Amino acid sequence: MIKIRNLQKSFGDNLVWSDVSFDIHDGETIAIIGRSGCGKSVLIKHFIALLYPDQGEVFIDDKEVFELPYTELRKIRQRFGVLFQGSALFDSVSTFDNVAFPLRYFTSQTEEEIRENVNNALKMVNLEGVGPKSTAELSGGMRKRVGVARAIVHEPDYIMYDEPTSGLDPQTSDEINELMMDMAENLDITSIVVTHDMHSVLKISERVAFLDQGALSWLGSLEEMKHTDYKPLVNFMKASEYQITNKSKESV
Amino acid sequence: MSPLRQFGEYCNLLYKGVRSATEVGMYRSNLTNELVKIGYESMPIIILTGIFSGAVMTIQTSYQLQSALIPKSTIGSIVSKSMIIELAAVVSSLVLAGKVGARISTELGTMRVSEQIDALESMGFNSVSFLVIPRIIGGIIMFPVLYLAAAAFGIGGGVLAGVVSGALPASEFMEGARTFFHPADVLFGLIKATVFGYIVTSIACYKGYYATGGAEGVGTSTTRATVLGCIYVLLADLILATILL
Ligand SMILES: Nc1ncnc2c1ncn2[C@@H]1O[C@H](COP(=O)(O)OP(=O)(O)OP(=O)(O)O)[C@@H](O)[C@H]1O
Ligand SMILES: [Mg+2]
Repeated sequence: MIKIRNLQKSFGDNLVWSDVSFDIHDGETIAIIGRSGCGKSVLIKHFIALLYPDQGEVFIDDKEVFELPYTELRKIRQRFGVLFQGSALFDSVSTFDNVAFPLRYFTSQTEEEIRENVNNALKMVNLEGVGPKSTAELSGGMRKRVGVARAIVHEPDYIMYDEPTSGLDPQTSDEINELMMDMAENLDITSIVVTHDMHSVLKISERVAFLDQGALSWLGSLEEMKHTDYKPLVNFMKASEYQITNKSKESV
Repeated sequence: MSPLRQFGEYCNLLYKGVRSATEVGMYRSNLTNELVKIGYESMPIIILTGIFSGAVMTIQTSYQLQSALIPKSTIGSIVSKSMIIELAAVVSSLVLAGKVGARISTELGTMRVSEQIDALESMGFNSVSFLVIPRIIGGIIMFPVLYLAAAAFGIGGGVLAGVVSGALPASEFMEGARTFFHPADVLFGLIKATVFGYIVTSIACYKGYYATGGAEGVGTSTTRATVLGCIYVLLADLILATILL
């Protein structure tokens, strides 16, 4: 369980958000939504102390991450899988080795087991056979999917996806959505999905956190979101709906 | 950022790497990779630098010592001594501050701005002991090796230039070189090269590791890394000369 308490972050004079408090329960899928630049990526980086806040706390199973000694923090981080917004693939090694990275160093798996697990993960994201390719040869969407494969390959307890479907075609987006749902159900993983793709939100999430105006301005279940009359969230959803209908018109 | 804050950040970076120093064994392949990149791949340019500086020094020294009273072998003594105690270490380190320093700082800077360093940390790596420490160790090991190459080829270049220009025969050059040769000079050069190797690689790592702001930011940090690398090499040269000579 992740507990976020009174978190505040600023970069110099730029206050990103303040007083953010909420819980993420084990096994659930929570979507963090909000406009571009509202601080979604910054928020999830705090969960594993890649960034430190001005004030506030994050507890993972009652351990406060910002106060943990570095060795313990690293153990906690190993329980996470993270898909970064720009994929963040290591460009010095092949696609296969990217996915194999967390297994090579932090598990005692043999090379054979690693090969099997990596190939399975690549299969899950529909990228069988690209293992030997260098990451520079991959398209943006493929990179994203390799990033997903790398995040799930060591079967973490928590997965954070930063914009998993942005920049993907609708069909691939759907496949990624399916994949995230499968992961959540089959492996009992807690999923944190940062997105502004409402399709994704409606399809996979159980709860929704809406960041707006420098704060966590709305938090509730998916059902509650569908019927909310909280103005900024309604507007946010309307804008997306408009996009969605526009897209479907274009495709006709 | 103030120089003091920067120095604090620099020390902090090293501390973070040293804290997990026991893991460096885990990242042996990174170290091997660095040894090849810093040592093997710099060899051609260092050999070239050595030959040319030895040759130029020989020609200039013989021009300045045109006197019947001074034996020709003196040219050999001056050139070889200068190469061993000063030029081979400093000139090659300045060249390497450009070549190795820029490479390291660009590599790490790009990894920083494309979130690859965050990705390493998120997997549970100590990104400093994974990325920075192998590069610094690589520099500390390889700069002295490159120094020896530069000194040897520098003296070789001197002999060659002496013969080709007709200033003095090879035998006289080597006789002069031998007369004033002290093994302690080589030790002095090796110490300098080790220190320079540490300076160039650690500054490049520091600048790259903390790069911000996209491609332009990486460019800025690379420029800083090479300029600062050169400045601190020269400064360290002065300090070491004062202490050790
Ligand atoms: N390293 C940094 N240094 C300074 N400011 C930063 C840094 N990282 C993020 N910011 C600022 O923090 C704010 C939030 O950024 P963040 O990347 O979290 O937005 P986001 O919600 O993820 O947006 P998007 O949907 O476009 O990805 C922005 O105003 C950004 O300028
Ligand atoms: Mg973002």
